[in-house]
Amino acid sequence: MAQTNRYRPGDRVRVRVDSPTHHFRTPTYIQGKQGQVVALCGTFSNPESLAHGGSGLPKIPLYRVEFPQTEVWAEYHGPAADTVLVDIYEHWLDPANQEVR
Amino acid sequence: MPKPHDRGSWPTDEPIDRDEHPHADWELRVHALHQVLGRKGLRRTDELRRAIESLDSDTYQSLSYYERWTAALEILVVEKGILSTEEIDQKMADLASVGR
Amino acid sequence: MTEAHDGHQHPGIDGDDGQTYYARRAQAIEALLVAKGICTTGEVQLAMEQVEARSPADGARVVAHAWVDAGFKTRLLSDPIPALAELGYALAETTTQLEVVENTDEVHHLVVCTLCSCYPSTLLGRPPDWYKSLAYRSRAVADPRGVMREFGLNVAEEVKVRVLDSTADLRYLVLPRRPAGTEGLSEEELAKLVTRDCMIGVTDALSPVSMASSA
Repeated sequence: MAQTNRYRPGDRVRVRVDSPTHHFRTPTYIQGKQGQVVALCGTFSNPESLAHGGSGLPKIPLYRVEFPQTEVWAEYHGPAADTVLVDIYEHWLDPANQEVR
Repeated sequence: MPKPHDRGSWPTDEPIDRDEHPHADWELRVHALHQVLGRKGLRRTDELRRAIESLDSDTYQSLSYYERWTAALEILVVEKGILSTEEIDQKMADLASVGR
Repeated sequence: MTEAHDGHQHPGIDGDDGQTYYARRAQAIEALLVAKGICTTGEVQLAMEQVEARSPADGARVVAHAWVDAGFKTRLLSDPIPALAELGYALAETTTQLEVVENTDEVHHLVVCTLCSCYPSTLLGRPPDWYKSLAYRSRAVADPRGVMREFGLNVAEEVKVRVLDSTADLRYLVLPRRPAGTEGLSEEELAKLVTRDCMIGVTDALSPVSMASSA
């Protein structure tokens, strides 16, 4: 399990690429993409455990991460300043400068 | 291949259908049933999502919103041993014969 | 709808009583749960009424108050739960946290849930059908400006569009821009300009002019 509050607003992160067989809340379209942490939303019970009857513990930090749309979609039609924000649990994030897993 | 609920990964140019249908009584009741079971600790939102996500792609995309909730409700009450599929089949047949 | 004349019931095909397979399936499940004492019809009824008790009028009241009371707006944006309690909304007991995001002349927010249908129901009631549609859930993230154009909103190129994909433990409510020409309006009159759709972000709030022409 990831250590708590590993990231702070302003940190650059990359979303892990994974498709576990259990329930998870990280959309596929954002996996592998780099963005910037804009907020720590709080610490929440782990939905990957709750969905299968587990306790959801330990609770895990959830971050609001902002991604440039042009980074997410190869053919994005709008201005380069447009972004998408996704709330992502800590164990789905790596520092952006780290090798892709 | 992303699962069918993961719609951000299913590109489409389809226009947004902005028609809004009035909810049928059974749809409101399924929604309420999920909430009642939730308050009793018999069902969690995360379990509802997981059950919906377990539907195969064709089923997921062909069912309406509350049809998916109904399918998920059945999955969860059967999995938890509260009801059996056979019981539900039988009750459906009984209700149909009463209504005739 | 097709009648099932062969007596074999398929999902989606009406039975003799005109109800679909899933409608009858849901009735059977509810009847069994009640018969086994798992829940009561009264509890189901109460839950139905509680869902119906909330509507976009609640969100509109909050937005209009934020437009006229700068101090409330600051509190609403920084810590919404206690701010909403000032207006009588006891959301602290709910498990789902809420975040209010402000549309300005520089930034326009749009809310979607690509994985299911997460929605700020405590202030807006049930989500509209289109919010739950497969098309909206796909296109709102990949082509937000195109989606908003379909709703009649052209966001200028110099305005940054931020899409919020609320897939986790937070729900988002958009605080729309206060329309021009509303300086003399009361809070109640302002609330009438605040539509459900502008609190999702697919439109702006109504202008008093468009209200007058549609009335």
